[in-house]
Amino acid sequence: MSGFVHGLSYGAVIVTVLMTVTAFSLWFERKLAARMQSRLGPTLVGPAGILQPIADVLKLLQKEDIVPLKADAVLFNLAPPVAVVCAIGVAAAVPFSPTVVAADLDVGVLYVLAIGAVTVLPVFTAGWASNNKLALLGGMRAVAQSVSYEVPLVLAALVPVILAGSMRIGAIVQFQSDHHWFVAWPFFLGIPAFVIFVLAMLAEANRIPFDIPEAESELVAGVTTEYTGMKFALFYMAEYVHTLVASAVASALFLGGWDGGPFRPGLHWMVLKTLFLFAGLYWIRWTLLRFRSDQLMRLCWRYLVPSSIALVATAGVWVVFVG
Amino acid sequence: MIRWHSEGLQEGRFTVSQGLALVGFLLVSAAVAASLLVGARLLRVRARSSSRLKRETYECGETPNAPAWVQFHARYYVVALFFVLFDIEAALVLPWGIITREMGKGGLWAVGSFVGVLMLGWVWGIRKGTLEWV
Repeated sequence: MSGFVHGLSYGAVIVTVLMTVTAFSLWFERKLAARMQSRLGPTLVGPAGILQPIADVLKLLQKEDIVPLKADAVLFNLAPPVAVVCAIGVAAAVPFSPTVVAADLDVGVLYVLAIGAVTVLPVFTAGWASNNKLALLGGMRAVAQSVSYEVPLVLAALVPVILAGSMRIGAIVQFQSDHHWFVAWPFFLGIPAFVIFVLAMLAEANRIPFDIPEAESELVAGVTTEYTGMKFALFYMAEYVHTLVASAVASALFLGGWDGGPFRPGLHWMVLKTLFLFAGLYWIRWTLLRFRSDQLMRLCWRYLVPSSIALVATAGVWVVFVG
Repeated sequence: MIRWHSEGLQEGRFTVSQGLALVGFLLVSAAVAASLLVGARLLRVRARSSSRLKRETYECGETPNAPAWVQFHARYYVVALFFVLFDIEAALVLPWGIITREMGKGGLWAVGSFVGVLMLGWVWGIRKGTLEWV
């Protein structure tokens, strides 16, 4: 029973912080994007527009709820909350410090990958239930993309598992704390695995340059075409939370998590690394163009899959013969 | 080095306490989604009159010409098959990842030959062009 209470209490704290960070990251992203395009971004609500996300949430709460007549209403209404639960749920197994973790599962890496992969189901459900051609095409694209990028994602995450000899994320971070961050040593395994992991994770979260499922120039808004108000906002939130939590996972697996190098380890290192990675993803988002579907597939199956398999094999050889 | 493995073996099971903690966490995230939806239900505006037109399927302003629930060519069924193969491969290789050190060369040979056969299939797929998006 203590486990349940632990999950509830730590869950309440972690989820609250996640939601707050997500809300203000919207402001940060809009400001960053605006500066990159010689604009000012939000300025009116609060100092430098920092209260803009709160205004947005209040606006979305008031929006009329429209369910298309021809849609499958049950699935249509079920998909957004499921998407949010899946996106937040990944955070359960992520250790932010040796003690701040909701459930440090022994199969942590497997759990994170599994729940991360499930997030495509509500997206496809929404596309199907809308009974809208644009939404359905978006859903199909999301499935094709997630299904493909799942393979390099799992294999890239396998590299730290092999090097540390554990699937518990806390143990992987502790191993890096005792030895080296995987991105620093063995860097010829750590850096490529990190890059593949981040690319595949961007594709899983449907972010630019892999946001083909919602390509607004072709598909209006993809699966969210028919959604209004808070249900639309939940999908939007799920995407941001997914990216944020995936950044946390990448920080823990490759960047040493709570370890601070020569400095005292602590929660703040994990938070800093996650936010830096997250901001880097925004940078990518506002710099790169969108891939075409065939380019996306070719990148995955021709290059990422074989190179991640080669990485796993090299990691095995490295662990057996060297370390 | 070995220390990690032996610890992993002792802890290498999904305990009830961990499972309960997980359930607690998922409950909190479900509560977030539910509270936002309930909040929206309480606060949102309701139109005084409703019209069929508003709840029509959106097709960029045109009159929708047919339902979306039709059969069409899902272009990636071969990709889906490949995904199943490679995902099973990943699921089978994952446990080896924990005990790579202890299994040593034998494990390398076993996993290497297994993945090698799979990669033969990958080469075939690339040669045939089945992995191209058409």
